[in-house]
Amino acid sequence: MALSGMRGLSVFISDVRNCQNKEQERLRVDKELGNIRTKFKNEKGLSPYEKKKYVWKMLYIYMLGYDVDFGHMETVSLISAPKYPEKQVGYIVTSCLLNENHDFLRLAINTVRNDIVGRNETFQCLALTMIGNIGGREFAESLAPDVQRLLMSSSCRPLVRKKAALCLLRLYRKNPDVVNVDGWSDQMAQLLDERDLGVLTSAMSLLVALVSNNHDAYWSCIPKCTRILERLARNQDVPQEYTYYGIPSPWLQVKTMRALQYFPAIEDPNTRRSLFEVLQRILMGTDVVKNVNKNNASHAVLFEALALVMHLDAEKEMMSQCVALLGKFIAVREPNIRYLGLENMARMLMVTDMQDIIKRHQAQIITSLKDPDISIRRRALDLLYGMCDVSNAKDIVEELLQYLSTSDFAMREELSLKVAILAEKFAPDLSWYVDVILQLIDKAGDFVSDDIWFRVVQFVTNNEDLQPYAALKAKEYLDKPAIHETMVKVSAYLLGEFGHLLARRPGCSAKELFSLIHDKLPTVSPPAISILLSSYAKILMHTQPPDPELQNQIWAVFRKYESCIDAEIQQRAIEYLALSRKGAALMDILAEMPKFPERQSSLIKKAEDAETDTAEKSAIKLRAQQQTSNALVVTDQQPLNGTSPVGPLSIVKVPSMSSDMDAGDHGLTQSNGSLSEMGQHATTPDLLGDLLGPVAIEAPPSASVQSEQNFVSDQEVSSSVVDVLALAPAEELTSAVQPIGNIAERFQNLCLKDSGVLYEDPYIQIGIKAEWRMHHGRLILFLGNKNTSPLVSVLALILSPAHLKMELSLVPEIIPPRAQVQCPLEVVNIRPSRDVAVLDFSYKFATSLVNVKLRLPAVLNKFLQPASVSMEEFFNQWRSLSGPPLKLQEVVRGVRPMTLLEMANLFTNYRLTVLPGLDPNPNNLAACTTFCSESTRAMLCLVRIETDPADRSQLRMTIASGDPMLTFELKEFIKELLVAILMTSPAPAPTPPPATELAIPAAASTDPGAMLAGLL
Amino acid sequence: MGIRFILMVNKQGQTRLAQYYEYLTLEQRRALEGEIVRKCLARNEQQCSFVEHRNYKIVYRRYASLFFLVGVDNDENELAILEFIHLIVETMDQHFGNVCELDIMFHLEKAHFMLEEMVMNGHMVETSKSNILAPIQLMEKAV
Repeated sequence: MALSGMRGLSVFISDVRNCQNKEQERLRVDKELGNIRTKFKNEKGLSPYEKKKYVWKMLYIYMLGYDVDFGHMETVSLISAPKYPEKQVGYIVTSCLLNENHDFLRLAINTVRNDIVGRNETFQCLALTMIGNIGGREFAESLAPDVQRLLMSSSCRPLVRKKAALCLLRLYRKNPDVVNVDGWSDQMAQLLDERDLGVLTSAMSLLVALVSNNHDAYWSCIPKCTRILERLARNQDVPQEYTYYGIPSPWLQVKTMRALQYFPAIEDPNTRRSLFEVLQRILMGTDVVKNVNKNNASHAVLFEALALVMHLDAEKEMMSQCVALLGKFIAVREPNIRYLGLENMARMLMVTDMQDIIKRHQAQIITSLKDPDISIRRRALDLLYGMCDVSNAKDIVEELLQYLSTSDFAMREELSLKVAILAEKFAPDLSWYVDVILQLIDKAGDFVSDDIWFRVVQFVTNNEDLQPYAALKAKEYLDKPAIHETMVKVSAYLLGEFGHLLARRPGCSAKELFSLIHDKLPTVSPPAISILLSSYAKILMHTQPPDPELQNQIWAVFRKYESCIDAEIQQRAIEYLALSRKGAALMDILAEMPKFPERQSSLIKKAEDAETDTAEKSAIKLRAQQQTSNALVVTDQQPLNGTSPVGPLSIVKVPSMSSDMDAGDHGLTQSNGSLSEMGQHATTPDLLGDLLGPVAIEAPPSASVQSEQNFVSDQEVSSSVVDVLALAPAEELTSAVQPIGNIAERFQNLCLKDSGVLYEDPYIQIGIKAEWRMHHGRLILFLGNKNTSPLVSVLALILSPAHLKMELSLVPEIIPPRAQVQCPLEVVNIRPSRDVAVLDFSYKFATSLVNVKLRLPAVLNKFLQPASVSMEEFFNQWRSLSGPPLKLQEVVRGVRPMTLLEMANLFTNYRLTVLPGLDPNPNNLAACTTFCSESTRAMLCLVRIETDPADRSQLRMTIASGDPMLTFELKEFIKELLVAILMTSPAPAPTPPPATELAIPAAASTDPGAMLAGLL
Repeated sequence: MGIRFILMVNKQGQTRLAQYYEYLTLEQRRALEGEIVRKCLARNEQQCSFVEHRNYKIVYRRYASLFFLVGVDNDENELAILEFIHLIVETMDQHFGNVCELDIMFHLEKAHFMLEEMVMNGHMVETSKSNILAPIQLMEKAV
């Protein structure tokens, strides 16, 4: 063993190593710290070598976990040492010990700058590395231009430039303004032409950071990335030192494919083709080999390729190939590959149409749930959770329940939560849901949070048909000898509330139920006792005529707890006793719970909250967000065969986490607040509060606790209290309904597609599916009630513009809980017009009346049919339509900049057929389409766009057709497309179009002067 | 995506090298090292090399008595990191000749120099062994 150059350091390290225990180590470290401190105090005597040695000792001590709160100054001062060895130590240890906000860093800023602009490239490297590791905003502002210059400089050697690239990445993160997007995108693309793989690796990290924030500016990097991949994976054109076990830099390959995943789509067909060729090669050419390192490296590349293929929405064939590969991986022996197979399969779930193929592997995935490795079990659980839907919910949930008894403790809480969520989301009927949750509590009571049983109570309370069943189940569990406290709580609550519904069954008389519950009382904690007392009061109330024996028994219990030390229990006991002596008045006060207002399942919210974000938005998350916006929710679920009164839960989609959804909850929390002001001790959290809140209606204002007699005689006081409390939550709720998602964006999506969601709020979701044939259209509105109670006063009116004849079939006034109704809407297009039909939709939920006006996607382009004409036909027609009003020409300004290819894609999306090569000028574009309406019949329309490559913001367009109105409307329609920023890709628009930009052309179209100018 | 920290820990759980790429206080470091060491060292050869911890992942690899633990974001390519660990070890091997725990312990500064050449701010800078070692060799010649 060669000793370090610094003897003192080695001695110290081996001293620490020889310490017998932690205490000895501490003594030795303290001694050394004291020593260093004195040395630093009389700094004058220290040679650079000694300083260096002490600074390393400090770093070592710090690494051992001891606080080093001095010597930072000395460390930083080493940065300005003239010689390399000291300077290096100064830079490296500073970046280990200090963070970016440390004041001392500021002292070094000048030295650092001098090192960066100086000629010594080793100094440059040191300085760039330190800023790259801990540089803050201040560094970003003062040094970014120098760093950029180094990165792009042709005279700098790669060893400096690779560090400059990552340094710039840090500065960009600290202050995104240091990178000027317009100027930088070309330079970034230029950087990717680099031959040196070290520089390229760093540059690729920089690109990932840049595109993850703004992919629009970096389109030109896509072909370059593709070429890099070709160079590495296909041509293997890499220096020997960069191949790793025969694989050309696997890390650069991975990073390049990662960068490509931040672009929403790759539109250029040539690039796409070459990219898929490389990907196909990777997918097919990766074999399992003996050497572990080679195998890992090649599979690292393979998994990244899989991710990229999924992202690019490749052809179905290639996708199936991917699933097949993953299916193979989840069954191999190698644990790493098995883990990654499961992880990537879960990502695959986000790709449309893949769920069914993945479901074929369900059995294998369930096996992985029993894997000896917890990491793998977690992945399997995640995957099963993700792939669960109405069709397989029963199987999966039962499998998970079974697994619950044997699973490790670390996973039980997560598992319970997931079971509860799946049961709620995909229950084929509600009694199954109750079964699952009760089983869950039975098997893993410790891990079932209160939220879960609160939710059951809410469901049961809101569904009368479910109540006898739930009460019976509760009784069955109470019959068992030893049950979990949570089970006692939920069973007691259910029996108190609904036990009387069982009265005719054997063994279910009020008295029997009471003794069944009361048996458990000695075994439970105070919070549960409070619930039991409430449930006794309820039983008492439901026993009519009163049973004196039962009454005496219960009163005895209340009396016993009148002097209980727990304030909550004491108060309940006193009040229930007083109330129950009132006889008939009890009926009103202890009446059954009102229905709960709907809210987002707090469970789902909890699960979503648990997913914490990482600093950088991951590509996968981005994609998930893109997908929720256009997810088609409609499922063709048949209503159940009459036996179950509850509709299928098919429309319940994962509610996207949105702040709007809290609105309902929020109102309630506030209402609880008002309750507690009235004297109720709301010591329990939010949910328990509103669950028990109404029960506690009988809790009088605090004054009456002191003079119980007074309160009991004063009927008016108590009833007014009840009134106030009963009203409070209802009032809080109105106006709390907020739409989920952006309505305008949904409409825009539907203008391009024929199915999707038109509107959604916490209570209802309106989906649309449309079919178009010539000038006829048939839309189906899917109205889905997301709640467990019905939506009433449902009203749908169509406000149709003059050019459309629309007929909506009958919309039922009531939508049953969790049900979906389908309402066909027939559309006939009479003549061309850009006006839009509106759906005026309203419904009532609880006390809130919701009314929304929604634009319907029966827009002009839906009546277009792509047409194809030969060059000859086109020109004949073009010539025959000689001028206004059949042929109109206009110069459009303020066009959003796009390439001709993008414009062609836009046209294709709107059902205009682009005719490539028809116009000899490559800057022009010709297209045609057929428009169908009753007045025009099917009529051919011709379009020509002339662009100016020097100025993309303006173009001239000419539209021709055999009908003047059609020509005009189509011209205006296309103009709107080109000027407004419509989303042609599913990516969320980075910024909404500035209003001014939209307003100007709109004004121009109505201004006759401008119109005339356009015609000329 | 990125590397959050690189730890080298021996069988007894003593930290031999720690390099963090995000700032954590001393208490946070101590807690984190304790938690993940406990989690990873208890695992056996038949289990995979990835452990999920809080909101990130640990990719780890064992070499004789020394564990290399690398904390990465959840969406990082795990196998790429696993092989990057091996690249670190091969680089150290090339320099020290059959590297062992004591080499890293007593040549803390060299281990740091090497890491500094390989990773910066959580991103890989260089994967060519000769490029990584060039500055160190230059310095040794100068001494």
